Amino acid sequence: MQIRNVFKRELYGYFNSPVAYIFLVIFLMVTSWFTFAWGQFYEARQASLEPFFRYHPIIYLIFIPAVSMRLWSEERKSGTIQLLLTLPITIPQAVLGKFVAAWTFLGIALLLTFPMIGTVLYLGKPDLGVILTSYLGSFLMAGAYISVGSFTSALTKNQVVSFVISIVLSLLLLMASFPMVTQYLEALPVWVADVITSFGIWGHFESIKRGVIDLGDIFYFLSIMVFFLYATVMTIDSKKAS
Amino acid sequence: MVEVDNLVKHYGSIKAVNGISFSVKKGEILGFLGPNGAGKSTTMKMITCFLSPTSGTARVQGFDIIQDPISVRQKVGYLPESAPLYEEMTVASFLKFIASVRGFEGKDAQMKIDKVFETCQLHKVGSQPIHTLSKGYRQRVCFSQALLHDPEVLILDEPTDGLDPNQKQAVRDLISSMKEDKTIIFSTHILEEVDAICTRALVISEGVVKIDGTPNELKRKSTFHNAVTLTLPKGCDESLKTAIGAIVSCSKLEKIKDLEEGKTQWRCFAKPGEELASKVIALLKDRKIETNEFHVEQGRLDEVFQTITKTTK
Repeated sequence: MQIRNVFKRELYGYFNSPVAYIFLVIFLMVTSWFTFAWGQFYEARQASLEPFFRYHPIIYLIFIPAVSMRLWSEERKSGTIQLLLTLPITIPQAVLGKFVAAWTFLGIALLLTFPMIGTVLYLGKPDLGVILTSYLGSFLMAGAYISVGSFTSALTKNQVVSFVISIVLSLLLLMASFPMVTQYLEALPVWVADVITSFGIWGHFESIKRGVIDLGDIFYFLSIMVFFLYATVMTIDSKKAS
Repeated sequence: MVEVDNLVKHYGSIKAVNGISFSVKKGEILGFLGPNGAGKSTTMKMITCFLSPTSGTARVQGFDIIQDPISVRQKVGYLPESAPLYEEMTVASFLKFIASVRGFEGKDAQMKIDKVFETCQLHKVGSQPIHTLSKGYRQRVCFSQALLHDPEVLILDEPTDGLDPNQKQAVRDLISSMKEDKTIIFSTHILEEVDAICTRALVISEGVVKIDGTPNELKRKSTFHNAVTLTLPKGCDESLKTAIGAIVSCSKLEKIKDLEEGKTQWRCFAKPGEELASKVIALLKDRKIETNEFHVEQGRLDEVFQTITKTTK
């Protein structure tokens, strides 16, 4: 109930500022630009959205910290956190409500990319199952990035600092299983390399993107969210005074 | 009913609040006084469950702030210092959010909102985004947020700060009008406010309670308490002054200033706890001296405040 109230207020906040609309427009422009210019959507001569999803982990790296940086920094800077947390709302409820709002906002952005599906349907016979799982994977991945952003936003009153730390932290998570990095991991013992790789966002998204729903991948994204949201709760609890 | 039991809050080595205890009953308005940084806001933040105390506790309507913070928050209406608000929201949508968090939906919520619109006179700005409001309106919106659920306990951190004199008076009247069925704690730097509306005043400094009493009890601690100010006519002789100075309960006679036509204004201070006025009157009658100004002071809060909070520095 209280989660819903926080959620509604937060989402209202997004859509009552021009930033949200600018974000949506730029997001749509950038995703399509990556798809056509970098992903060689036409040249591949395949009715597949793989070139569209391929760059999501990298696009999110910049876009999501930009959305999540205000989650808590702004509350603390403007002092509204004193209002929010003296209402009959617990910290976990507030953290979840805000997180779900940011996630929903990203979900809306993702839904607005639907013309892409139209394009491949027009061009050929794509595997709709793969497209669906890719969307699911991308959405889950967005949730993971937002949870990181929620945590870094709780760390500081300064949105820019939150933005930067969030990018760095997300980058570490992303790189852990980035092909360019994993080749260097070969020097390490296999199990160490495996552990590091298993923490990486890239690898888990790759496998969902192929159209395989592996519970392990879903569990991975959910545990990232649980971990960072829990860290957010702890941080808010200890830092709200300062 | 608010009972504060030996609250302590340390930030690292800084002792913001260092063992504060007091209790406020329904029908009381407690004025919370103290210099900046004395621990007023910190204490209020602990009572409203925003900060957790280092040690000690408080109970609001019987609910413990540590054991049952959610119940406490349901009982309390809180106006934080400098009225923080969600800038992008309109006044109406902000209050709707507060209403739903307070558990009011649909018609109930609208009724509650209409009521605070009325008490805080927000009709003009209902559909305006909060960031376009003036300071006075912001303060009122934040106040209305605290009143919306008609709380049994009101905690107001500098509710009149930054308002113009008319707005200050309006807020004071509002607070006074609610005292019957509420427990009210408010902090302020304005001492007349304490005199005007508080049933009790609590002076804190450096994290501890210095004085807890009614405004009149506070004034009695002033050196001005029972002091007599009078104007003496032109050419009145020295012996009169000596005689006044010699009254047993007079501790000191001082000249305030020279007035027009050779008149002079004087003040005689009373010894602590003694009555002076009737003796001065008797003396003047005895000597058949007419004075066109004569008044007895009750004591000055600002002087008491300064003595209490300065000696500790």
